Amino acid sequence: MGAALEIRNLHVSVEDKPILRGVNLTIKQGEVHALMGPNGSGKSTLANALMGHPAYDVTAGQVIYDGQDLLELEADERSRAGLFLAFQYPVSIPGVTLANFLRQAINSRKKAEDPESKGISVPEFIRLLRSKMDYLQMDHSFAGRYLNEGFSGGEKKRAEILQMATLEPKIAVLDETDSGLDIDALRIVSEGVNRLKGPDLGVLIITHYQRILNYIKPEFVHVMFEGQIVENGGPELALQLEEHGYDWVRAKHSAAQ
Amino acid sequence: MVVRSRRRSLEPIAPGYTRADVEAISATNNEPQWLRESRLAAWELYEDLPMPSLQTEEWRRTDYRHIRWNEAEKQVRANGATLNTVPAANREPLIGEAQGGLLVFVDGKVVHNELAQELTQQGIVFTDLQTACREHPDLVRANLMTKAVLPSDGKFAALHAALWTHGVFLYVPRNKAAELPLHVVNYNTRAGASLGHVLVVLEENAQATMLVDYSSTTSETQSAYIGATELLVGDAANLQYVSLQDWNRETFEFSHQRGRIGRNANLDWIVGNMGGRLVKAYLEIELDGMGANGRMSGFFFADHDQLFDHDTQQNHNAPLTTSDLLFKGAARDTARTVWQGMIKSLPQMQKIDGFQASRNLLLSEDARMDAIPGLEIEADDVACSHAATFGTLEEESVFYLMARGIDRPTAELMVIDGFFDELLQRIPFERVRERLQAAMENKIIG
Ligand SMILES: Nc1ncnc2c1ncn2[C@@H]1O[C@H](COP(=O)(O)OP(=O)(O)OP(=O)(O)O)[C@@H](O)[C@H]1O
Ligand SMILES: [Mg+2]
Repeated sequence: MGAALEIRNLHVSVEDKPILRGVNLTIKQGEVHALMGPNGSGKSTLANALMGHPAYDVTAGQVIYDGQDLLELEADERSRAGLFLAFQYPVSIPGVTLANFLRQAINSRKKAEDPESKGISVPEFIRLLRSKMDYLQMDHSFAGRYLNEGFSGGEKKRAEILQMATLEPKIAVLDETDSGLDIDALRIVSEGVNRLKGPDLGVLIITHYQRILNYIKPEFVHVMFEGQIVENGGPELALQLEEHGYDWVRAKHSAAQ
Repeated sequence: MVVRSRRRSLEPIAPGYTRADVEAISATNNEPQWLRESRLAAWELYEDLPMPSLQTEEWRRTDYRHIRWNEAEKQVRANGATLNTVPAANREPLIGEAQGGLLVFVDGKVVHNELAQELTQQGIVFTDLQTACREHPDLVRANLMTKAVLPSDGKFAALHAALWTHGVFLYVPRNKAAELPLHVVNYNTRAGASLGHVLVVLEENAQATMLVDYSSTTSETQSAYIGATELLVGDAANLQYVSLQDWNRETFEFSHQRGRIGRNANLDWIVGNMGGRLVKAYLEIELDGMGANGRMSGFFFADHDQLFDHDTQQNHNAPLTTSDLLFKGAARDTARTVWQGMIKSLPQMQKIDGFQASRNLLLSEDARMDAIPGLEIEADDVACSHAATFGTLEEESVFYLMARGIDRPTAELMVIDGFFDELLQRIPFERVRERLQAAMENKIIG
């Protein structure tokens, strides 16, 4: 059986302010889920908390990943265990090249498996990186550039997917990877994700738009509202939101009612 | 009963040198009359100047009263050490397999002096200063502490002029280029005083790249380095000058360093400070000729109780001159760093472009970093500005790297390395960059 990410009654606060108020969601390897919801409803908070960002405090609930307690792990351990987050706002890191960074990321995996490992050889790494860049149609010069520094919005998103393609996660959360991509880039990036898709990859696509879901077809669609997942459905749910917006969700679930 | 606490005297104590020491050093080296006289004149000046104290503005943040002169003033004497004493990494060729020139001092004594034939044939002189005084007296006499660093620049400049122990002399004649880099190593295995000098003279349209390395072996006994560096860059000449310091942790450095840049000439100057217990360095460029261009890059990493005080000046003495300064440093533990920078222009010097930036990375709550920029501009058609920033290690950056599987210590190391990368890339020697990176990583982890 493949790995699963089970989120049970997750409560998360930021600076003592409760943001997530009991999230339940299970994503299995091989499945594609979409998570939608209005601005500020807590989608990125969920993503960051899953990845172990120190600013997000889990105040209650559980996350079981591949049979183990995910919340016990540091961010780097979560990543090495096969969890990946494509950030909504990737930070830039001056002085660290994309290539150097990715090589470290690969080597950290090899070292965790085998402390004696010398890591990936330079030629092998270059070959790997080039092939991944090619299928995301990224210019090779990006490898020598400082990580995300001066990258356009779309270039940053493409670089996130490049990292995903290189690290081959089991469960990937894509937080608004479609925003900032032009029409061609959206297709290229979506195709990139589709190539990675299969029985070994579970995906959670966080998005506001149907467009990306036309390329990467989800089996499950969830709606987050005020820190909870309030609607679950199939692809038709996304189409319904595209057409009608969130008013009906608000009317149905507003805490004020 | 009166209990008296032992307190440091308020005024710094001067080292115990006398005029006889000046006479002795001159006699030992069998120096010509002019040199002996110039040493003695500097000594007179030295005696007249007060020791800089916390009351002196430029020294307000730099208390060096913990120096033990009884240890630090003793002149370092060579002990039969040879080239092989110097770690191999510090003396390997800077680029490729061959040395352009390699001049190695161990404990102030020349143990190796080599200059590629291509360079000798062009009339390039690259040798130690004592030899240069004998073989090229006119060249040395005209330039040694007469144009760039003057004995009157300060107490330690005067002391240096009176008592300098050794030095390097590089001379590149008009229209000649030292295509291969020149490498100087100053390596001390014994504690005490060394007063090293660097004198570079580039004539019109000459070119050179030079690296000077300073380091010493660990010692409990204190040392003092009282140095002077003089870079004379003639009209249309080009000098790239890199100096790297990694003294042991009981060394106090007091140095005066100045470059003079002629018409349409370029000075690209990189200074790195890693070692020592306390460093007070004056680093100044004088843009003397129209079209002169000076770039000053500094990097430093202070840990434990180190104190680095960099005092920089960019003096625009001619119109159409440009200067660009970038200092990047980190401090951890209880280290202290100070950068004070000044851009000056004489009146009526139009079309001047001067910039200074100081970027500081604070890696502990107990470390302290000061940056004090300054402008004194007496012309109006100028573009001069400065910037100083202070930051801590960005948790967002560390998290991003960790989110890709990189452990925290490595992630922190990468972010700090990244902070310095822009500056290290300015050093044109890959092996040297790697060596520095390793030294930096030792500081981060250690
Ligand atoms: N690091 C943070 N510091 C302060 N507030 C935060 C932080 N992260 C999230 N919040 C707050 O938590 C709430 C949920 O934010 P979150 O980013 O999770 O929303 P989102 O659903 O991803 O919205 P969007 O669709 O606009 O990306 C918002 O009110 C936001 O301001
Ligand atoms: Mg978001």
